[in-house]
Amino acid sequence: MIGNTPFVVCMVLVALGLWALLFRRNLIKIVIGLKLIENGVNLFLVATGYVRQGVVPIYTYAPKDATMVLPTPQALTLTSIVIGLATTALILAFVVVIHRHQGTLDAGKVTELKG
Amino acid sequence: MNLATHAPILAIAVPLLGAFALPLWGKLHRYLRDLWLLLVGGFTAAMAVLLSARVFTAGIQVYTLGAASPGETVASGGFPIRIVLAVDALGAFMALITVLVAVVALVYARRYLAEEEGKTLALTLGTLLWAGMLGMALTGDLFNFFVFFEVTSIAACGLIGYRTWAARGPEAAFKTMVMYTAGGLFVLLATAILYGEYGGLNLAYLAAQIRGTSVDRIALGLLVGGLLMKVGAVPLHMWAPDAYGEAPAQSVILLVANTQVALYALFRVLFTLYGGVADPAVGWLVVALGALTVIVAALMAVVQTDLGRLVAFGAVSQIGYMLLGVGVGLTVIGARPAFGLVAIQGGIFHMLNDAAAIGLLFLAVGAVEKAAGGRDLAGLGGLGHDLKWTTGFFLLGSLALAGIPPLNGFASKLMIYESAFRLSPILTALAILASILLLAVFLRAFQGVFLGPRLKPATPVPPPMLVAMGILALGVVALGLFPEFFVRHLVTPAAEALWQGRDAYLRAVLGG
Repeated sequence: MIGNTPFVVCMVLVALGLWALLFRRNLIKIVIGLKLIENGVNLFLVATGYVRQGVVPIYTYAPKDATMVLPTPQALTLTSIVIGLATTALILAFVVVIHRHQGTLDAGKVTELKG
Repeated sequence: MNLATHAPILAIAVPLLGAFALPLWGKLHRYLRDLWLLLVGGFTAAMAVLLSARVFTAGIQVYTLGAASPGETVASGGFPIRIVLAVDALGAFMALITVLVAVVALVYARRYLAEEEGKTLALTLGTLLWAGMLGMALTGDLFNFFVFFEVTSIAACGLIGYRTWAARGPEAAFKTMVMYTAGGLFVLLATAILYGEYGGLNLAYLAAQIRGTSVDRIALGLLVGGLLMKVGAVPLHMWAPDAYGEAPAQSVILLVANTQVALYALFRVLFTLYGGVADPAVGWLVVALGALTVIVAALMAVVQTDLGRLVAFGAVSQIGYMLLGVGVGLTVIGARPAFGLVAIQGGIFHMLNDAAAIGLLFLAVGAVEKAAGGRDLAGLGGLGHDLKWTTGFFLLGSLALAGIPPLNGFASKLMIYESAFRLSPILTALAILASILLLAVFLRAFQGVFLGPRLKPATPVPPPMLVAMGILALGVVALGLFPEFFVRHLVTPAAEALWQGRDAYLRAVLGG
C-alpha cells in the first residue's frame, strides 16, 4: 500500500491541475494548473521507473552487483521538463501581452473572441 | 551516403536545423535568407517525396536511429530499444500532404508577410511546424511522437499569437496553447502508463504486447482525449475557430495540416496500437464525435459575421467528415465488410481534398483581408470587380468544400455518404444536411463579399499569392476530375494500411 503513495500523489496533482484549468478565471492560475498537471505526469514517469533498493543509474559510479533504477523514464522526464519550460515561457509571454492590451487577467473579461 | 536510405531522418532533421539557421541568414541579408529557405524547403520536399515513392513502390520503410545500420530495429534479445522511424503508406500520404501545404504556404508568405511584421520569425516558425508535422507522421515511437507533438504545439501557437500588436492574436494563442499543452500532457501520461506496464516505447512493440486490460483502456482514453484536443473535434473545438481566424493566412493552412496529422496519429493509435483489442464501442464513439462535429460546426458557421471565422467553422466541420469516414471503418473492422474499406478510403481521401479546398479558401480570405483591409462581412462588398482571380478561387473552394460535382469534395464525400449509410442512414442524412448548410453559408458569404457594387477600390493581390492559390486550385480541379487515379495510387494503399496493414507494420519493425 505504502509503495503506491507516489502514484496517488501524482494523480492528486493531475486532478488539482485539471480543476484549476476548468474552474479558475485568472490566466496565471490556469497556467499554474497546467504546470501542476505536468509535474504530476513527470512524477509519475519517475515513479514508474523506480526499482526497490535501486541506486542511481550511473554505470561507472554504481557499486558492483547493485540494482539500478530504470534510466529511460529519467531521460524521458528530463526531456519533458525542458519541453515544459518552453511551453510555460511561451504561454506566460502571451499572458503578458494580453495584460498589456486589456489591462486584466480575468478570463471572463478577456473577451475579444467569442462564439 | 545513400540519400534514399536516410531520407526519413533527413526529411525531419533538415527543416529542423534549417529553421533555426534562418534568422542567422536573415541578419546578413534577406535574399540570403530566402535562398536558404528555398534550399531547405526544396530539399525537405524532395526527401519526403522520395521517401513516399519508396513506400508506395517497395512497402514500409523503417529507419533506426543510433544503430550501426538503419535496418537494425531490434537490439540483441529481440527488444526494440532505439528510436525507430517507421513509414507505411498512410504515414507517407500524410508526409505528402504536409509537403503540398508547406510549399504553398511558403510561396504565399513571400508577398503576404511584410518585412517589418517580423517575416523572418514567421518563416522560421512555419518551417519548424513543418518539421514537427513530418516528425509526427514518420515516427514509430510513442515518446518521440510526444516530442514532435510539442514541437508543433509551440510553433503553431507562436504563429497564432504572432501579431502581438493586436489584442486578439495572443488571446487566441493562449486558448490554443492551453488546449495543446493539456492534450500533450494526456498523451505523455498515457505513454508513461504504457511504459510502466510493458516496459517499451516502440509503437509496434507495444501494439504486439497490449492485452486490453483496464489500465490499457485508461491509456487509450487519455490518448484519444489528448489527440482530440489537438484535432479540434466538437466538444473540444473552441480553440480552432479563434486560432484559424487570428493566425496569418499562410500559417492557417499549416494549422489545418497540423490537425490532420494529429488525426492521423489518432488513427494510428486506434488501428495499429489498439488494433489487436479493437472494440466496436470505440468506433461508435469516433462516429458519434464525427457526426456531432459535422453538424455543430456547420450550424455555428451560419451565425458568423467575420469571414475568417466563417471559413474556420467550415474547416472544423470537415474534420468531422474524416472522423466519420474512418470511424465507420473502425466500427465494422471486426467483420471486415467491403464498405468499411470504402469508408476509410473516403475519410483518408477527404484529408487531401480538405487540405486543398479549405487551404484555398483560407488563402483567399487572407488575400481579401490584405486587399480590402478587413474581414467583417458587413464592411465588405463588390470585391469581384477588382480581384477577379481571388473571386474565382473563393468560389471554387466553396463549391469544392460543399461537395458539388465535379470538384474534389464530391468524390470523397460520396464515398463517406455511401458507406456511412450502410452503418446508419441517420449519419448520412446529418452529413448531407451539413454539406447543404455549408454551401448556403459560403454562397451567402461569396455574394456578400465579392458581388454587388464596388464599395471602395481594392489593392491588387501580388502574383506570388495568386500562384500559391493557383496551385491549390489546380489540385482541387485535378482531384475532382480524376479521383480514380488518386484513389488507386495514393488513397487505397493508405487506407489498406489502416484496414489490414497492422500485421505488416508490426513485422516490418519487429522482424520475424
